[in-house]
Amino acid sequence: MIIQVILIVALLAIALYFVRAQPSARHLAVRRVLVLLAVVGGVVVVISPGVLTALANAVGIGRGTDFLLYGAIVAFLLYVVTDYKRSSQLSRANTLLARELTLAEARLQDSIARQRAEHDD
Amino acid sequence: MDPMKTESSSEPASAGLDNSTWIVIPLYNEASVIGDVVSELVKTFAHVVCVDDGSTDGSAAAAHVAGARVLSHPLNLGQGAALQTAISYAVSQPGCEHVITFDADGQHRLVDAIEMLNRARNENLDIVFGSRFLDDRTNPGFAKRVVLKTAVGVTNLTTGLRLTDAHNGLRVLSATAASHLNLQQDRMAHATEIVLQLGRAKLPWAESPVEVLYTDYSKAKGQSLLNSINILFDLVMN
Repeated sequence: MIIQVILIVALLAIALYFVRAQPSARHLAVRRVLVLLAVVGGVVVVISPGVLTALANAVGIGRGTDFLLYGAIVAFLLYVVTDYKRSSQLSRANTLLARELTLAEARLQDSIARQRAEHDD
Repeated sequence: MDPMKTESSSEPASAGLDNSTWIVIPLYNEASVIGDVVSELVKTFAHVVCVDDGSTDGSAAAAHVAGARVLSHPLNLGQGAALQTAISYAVSQPGCEHVITFDADGQHRLVDAIEMLNRARNENLDIVFGSRFLDDRTNPGFAKRVVLKTAVGVTNLTTGLRLTDAHNGLRVLSATAASHLNLQQDRMAHATEIVLQLGRAKLPWAESPVEVLYTDYSKAKGQSLLNSINILFDLVMN
């Protein structure tokens, strides 16, 4: 069935994205286009549910709702991966920021101590 | 702000103290032992730096009272992050020739650190790793030995260096070697990451036998098998 090929390719692509890709402006653009497509597609199949069933039949699935479920699972996985990447990027930034703060404070303390020592001499 | 923040350890070193070596200690909730660890170290080394990684048990104050220079992370970031902060601080200090990484929980011995430092100086080594598996003084027990040996295997595979011990917190680094470090792994995977980055630096290195003291206290923490899965995952993902 065509759907098996599509789903396996989609899952492997997500796995590859998980291991390899660094978040970038291009990925952001792709994500935005996907959201837009999902909205438009959603409106279309709400208005005429027959479209979904026709699509499902075309890729070898009996019911439109099954097709929707598969699609939703793939979308959810993609979301999990994207969110994981975003949160690790944020925590990286958080670490660098906290380190800079700590080191800046240390420099300040050291220079105060040095001035005090000079003053005492 | 607590009173300790206004002082610094940059007072002139008295005679006999090692003034060109910075001991760096990542510190997280070790209030019961850090005082003893630091007061032992300051008898030999003029510069002992603890990076307090958001301890909630008064570890920072204990380290300060014992004579360490204490830097404080505003929140808990992980041992790797604390170590990198400490190293960044140490190499920015004038006169810093060597950095020694040391664990806060009292499992390392001062004599081993001094021995490794002497080796680095006499043999012109930039990196001396401590290893508990080069002699039979240390008995980690079967389960821990399996975990540690697995970690060594992974480390050797990914770094290209042939080490006998991977997650040993006692290391002597020259300022040159230390400035090659830019640890991204905030949690425990940094032990492998350190080896990886130092391996890429292509500096002369050696392993030196050390004894690890397994107190009941340090046994209770240690590396669990599940945590090695986390370490493996962190390394593969980056």
